[in-house]
Amino acid sequence: MLFGAPQYLVSGLTVGATYGLTALGFTMIYNTTGIINFAQGEFVMLGGMLSVVLLKAGLPLPLAILAAVLCSALAGCLMERAVIRPVGRAAPVNLVIITIGVSILVRGVVMLIWGKDTFALPAFSGAKPLRFLEASVQPQSLWVLAITLLVLGALKLFFSRTIHGKAMLACACERKAAALMGISVERMAMFSFGMSGFLGAVGGAILTPITLTSYDVGVMLGLKGFAACILGGLGNPFGAAAGGLILGVLESFGAGFISSAYKDAFAFIVLLLLLFVKPTGLFGGPKSDRV
Amino acid sequence: MAWRAFTALCLVLCSLLPAWASDTLKIGAVLSASGPASFLGEPEKNTLVMLQERINAKGGIGGKKIEVVIYDDESDVNKAVLAAEKLIKKDQVSAIVGPSISGNTLAIMNKAAEAKIPLLSMSAAEKIVNPVTPWVFKTPQSDRLAVQGILAHAKAAGVAKMAIVTVSDGYGQSGREVLKELIPAAGMELVADEVYGPKDTDMTAQLTKIGGAGAQAVICWGTNPGPAVVARNRAQLGMKTPLYMSHGVASQKFIELAGEAAEGLVLPASWLIVADQMPDGPYKTLLTGYITDYTSKFGVAPSAFGGYAWDALTLLAEAARISGDTTPQALRDGLEKVSGFVSATGTFTFSPTDHNGLDASSFAMVEIKGGKFVLLR
Repeated sequence: MLFGAPQYLVSGLTVGATYGLTALGFTMIYNTTGIINFAQGEFVMLGGMLSVVLLKAGLPLPLAILAAVLCSALAGCLMERAVIRPVGRAAPVNLVIITIGVSILVRGVVMLIWGKDTFALPAFSGAKPLRFLEASVQPQSLWVLAITLLVLGALKLFFSRTIHGKAMLACACERKAAALMGISVERMAMFSFGMSGFLGAVGGAILTPITLTSYDVGVMLGLKGFAACILGGLGNPFGAAAGGLILGVLESFGAGFISSAYKDAFAFIVLLLLLFVKPTGLFGGPKSDRV
Repeated sequence: MAWRAFTALCLVLCSLLPAWASDTLKIGAVLSASGPASFLGEPEKNTLVMLQERINAKGGIGGKKIEVVIYDDESDVNKAVLAAEKLIKKDQVSAIVGPSISGNTLAIMNKAAEAKIPLLSMSAAEKIVNPVTPWVFKTPQSDRLAVQGILAHAKAAGVAKMAIVTVSDGYGQSGREVLKELIPAAGMELVADEVYGPKDTDMTAQLTKIGGAGAQAVICWGTNPGPAVVARNRAQLGMKTPLYMSHGVASQKFIELAGEAAEGLVLPASWLIVADQMPDGPYKTLLTGYITDYTSKFGVAPSAFGGYAWDALTLLAEAARISGDTTPQALRDGLEKVSGFVSATGTFTFSPTDHNGLDASSFAMVEIKGGKFVLLR
């Protein structure tokens, strides 16, 4: 009955890390601006696609990834400056629609420039699988999990120890008060878009050796990442990462033990059930109005 | 009096119209030259343009110059229907080739039949010719022939327990139906029937399950990139179970995506991709000629999809030769009498009960070795 369970767990964690990294990007922007950025999946795609393109242009792999990640972070900043800030204090729902527009635009531009093909990236340290219990693990999966944990740790430090991190949290709590304290709310918003571009692109670049990439991978990732956010509790970075991992493992076990035809359904059914019981998500605190 | 004169004038004009139109033979084409299915429509369009020049240089079909009227349906079913209406009513074509995708063909099939214009589809779905509609033909091989090729190979290798993993889109699911029908019919046991989504990036769960079911071989049915992921996951899991792919991935792109994991995979493919390894003969001459001409004209090698367009147009020429006329009715009747006609996809023999006209020999079984497709003998 339990045949293959270790393998399902490993596969689930690897895929889950993708969702988790995307979910982190959502959380980042939500925490500073209150917007759900539906172009988050496009940042992931940009990270992967730009790495592929730069690698083909002759850069060595680490440099190509670094450049791709920086470009995506820049794209994030640019997005805030060019389309979010000019709208000013519009209702969040309007801004959310704008992010959907941006995602379609980015997808279209990438498709026009680099075409509709799927691309692969070489694994960072060979493709020879390691045996672990009964499961075989790709070295790249370890890279993905390690980098995800590293990013998570760095974020924790950033928000609790640095002045910029605290300033971003302050903007999330109360924009006006933060502005009165001398924090540039607009700069913080731009910064958060840049960071989530960075996070998404890191995810895209480290995952491409496993999952391949194409101009439209962002759509599904964005959706799953958003679901992971909700599962973990919107606004909680650790909830987002954990939500992603749980979602991935649920899918993998569902496909393995019940039926692969309904793989996508299991995760969403569990999500719905959870929201009935605990609407704030697994790790979301009770919602309270600020006085 | 005026009324009579008007009627007479109309009659004269009507009788003149076909006479004027008969200087050229108009053939319509509905292709997905852009949109998601442009990888099909693009080479088809190029091939039609190339063939039109060549046929006209040789004196046309049945003594008439041909004019191929090409409409792009942008891979959209509504646009395909509009294009078909235009071809039938406005352009008054004698035959239609295309569309490139099955859904669009199914949508316009009845229109062609109502207008009594022969339709030569370049899409693969078996539903197009089964049951047979008098006015509808198709040139690509049915999935059934690909499955037969794979099962014959597996049977020779002594496989008794087969597993399948298919993509949950139209291509994968129609393949799955055929697989589920033919695997038991070939005397094998279907031990696992797994499915994955077109955008899925990890199929290790499905493959682990297949490994646990004791399958002796696996057939994967899908188009890029899914099968590349399946191949990579198989290598990652260290699975030794032989893996068969469908003809949907018979392109260099698949080898590029799957990398080393593609080594040793066996699949049915159009002869076009192994033309250089074929035994000499008229078929090889035809294919290498097509590849050379196409490459020199468009700068890239043709894909098997371009071959479907080659089939469609040359089959019409053959039909006109057989029936000695180029009216839609004559073309249709001629098509049904085509026998042993060697074209890009294979040897066509149509009959009133078979409007696909190909057999299992229209697929070559190939193995991927050293990053190349190698013909199995």
